Amino acid sequence: MSFTLIGKHEKDSRANRDGYVTAMEELMAADPKVCHIDCDLYNCINTAKLEKEFPKQTFNAGIAEANAMGIAAGLTATGRTVFMHSFGCFSSRRAFDQAFMSAAYAKLPVHVLGSDPGVCAAYNGGTHMPFEDCALYMSIPDAVVIDPTDYAMIHCLTKKLAASGKFSYMRMIRKGVVKVYEDGSDFEIGKGVTLKEGTDVTIIASGIMVDEALKAQETLAAEGVSAKVIDMFTWKPIDEELIVASAKETGAVVVAENHQANCGLGSAVAQVLAKNCPVPMEQVGVMNRFGQVGAQNFLQEEYNLTAADIVAAAKKAVSRK
Amino acid sequence: MQKAEKMKELRVFAQEIRVEALKTIGSLGFGHVGGSMSVVEALAVLYGDVMKVDPKNPRWEDRDWCVMSKGHAGPAMYATLGLKGFYPIENAYTLNQPHTNFPSHTDRTKTPGIDLTTGSLGQGMSTAVGAALGNKVDGRDNHTFVFVGDGECDEGQVWEAAQFAAHYKLDHLVCFVDSNKRQLDGAVDDIMSHGKGIGAKFDAFGWNVIDVADGNDVEQVYDAVQAAYATEGKPTCIVLNTVKGKGCTFAEPSGAHSSQPSKEQWDEAIKFAEEELAKVKAQ
Repeated sequence: MSFTLIGKHEKDSRANRDGYVTAMEELMAADPKVCHIDCDLYNCINTAKLEKEFPKQTFNAGIAEANAMGIAAGLTATGRTVFMHSFGCFSSRRAFDQAFMSAAYAKLPVHVLGSDPGVCAAYNGGTHMPFEDCALYMSIPDAVVIDPTDYAMIHCLTKKLAASGKFSYMRMIRKGVVKVYEDGSDFEIGKGVTLKEGTDVTIIASGIMVDEALKAQETLAAEGVSAKVIDMFTWKPIDEELIVASAKETGAVVVAENHQANCGLGSAVAQVLAKNCPVPMEQVGVMNRFGQVGAQNFLQEEYNLTAADIVAAAKKAVSRK
Repeated sequence: MQKAEKMKELRVFAQEIRVEALKTIGSLGFGHVGGSMSVVEALAVLYGDVMKVDPKNPRWEDRDWCVMSKGHAGPAMYATLGLKGFYPIENAYTLNQPHTNFPSHTDRTKTPGIDLTTGSLGQGMSTAVGAALGNKVDGRDNHTFVFVGDGECDEGQVWEAAQFAAHYKLDHLVCFVDSNKRQLDGAVDDIMSHGKGIGAKFDAFGWNVIDVADGNDVEQVYDAVQAAYATEGKPTCIVLNTVKGKGCTFAEPSGAHSSQPSKEQWDEAIKFAEEELAKVKAQ
């Protein structure tokens, strides 16, 4: 695991989805058993080019997510490594029983992709806004659940998942995101990465909340609060060792996630803390609400998913020590 | 081998499956008798003749696949695979007992010869189609068979998978509809009817459809499979008109989905099935 943090809070000029697509081009060229199945969303994640380049490895199931999940499991049973994509709301809620029984329970390690997680569903609105996708998948025994941060991470983790042989669910923002890591950065499934060291509080974040956490860290530093920042992109299996060590070092924790707060990353961290090292913990996440339509920055304000919210939560956590 | 001789062998095999499936379910005293009994003739045709399988190498890559999407017919599969030599048949008598490898619904991780896990209805149809697609892309000259129930055809997923199979021209896929006319709550026509009929639906989805008047007659099933093998460019649906509980003294009259009869009723059912087996052998 070796990564380079950029930390300039600048958006990547490339579409985030291409981190996945470029990784798949490499994987498919190297191994004819690597496949992608989509649900009439080639044009949303730029996978039409995969079908063109690798027609025997790329399939469109039409608007039928439950069937696509079953097809993915059946293809996996013929010795393939299959990634199945739909919008996060559909690849979780719509196809969950199929993901559970046809794939995970049957020990057929399909790799499920859910695009536009949480507030990133933006103008598609509340019907398409999964705040519960990871919660569903975290409930499956031995599932790997990932909320990746940027292009470089998705590119790396797509390859790591393909080699893992484990059933997985990974979120994927389609469009531009802040470029947090340099290309070529390497990550390990199940291992969080420490982006900033600190002594007063640990901020544990993933996905779009990582850059918010880095911004919060700077604000807190200016106010004399030393915050450690961890990118906890793997929600399951959670990196218990890093959580416990950080809680012991800093004595307070904030978890920030683009997801329901009551059954996602915060819950997983709380479980680890309660068992090993109870310290004051605050959550930044969606508080028992449904999604709604709007621009992503509006939604981040609306659901209190900003750097300012992390700053406030960090101060509160520190004050509770 | 002459066809008549082959059909006699298949009739014997079918009745052996029936006896062993009854013993398997009877070992705990309750289970899904009805839907197991209705498919035994089709299973006898597949595993007794048409399917390429290797009991010593259940995951042989060039094998034919069989998916019991109506997963509650697990006991019929277990009897068939045991008699075929995938494991000693007595193993199946542990059905549904703690840590058994023979659960109510078929499970690819537990039982040798089970190709895909089923239980949540409709799902085996999609996974079978996925396997058929994988085998086609691999250029294998094998077939994938899938059994769905007529009640199971209530599930929308069956039809999502059906349109996918037709679109991808999976002509080495054969779907048996076990049309035993009963679902858990009663007659299919009363609980959730199928419009112009299940065969008409598959036809509308672009499949080749073969209607088998008596799906509990091995020769009719055999002939239908041969016709399916000769079909190119589209998958085949074989509608088996069957009787739920066929050949089981307590289940055939009731048409029940699951049964928990008395010890005496079990003894009577197994005795009757064994007598029928002796008769078939003597023919």
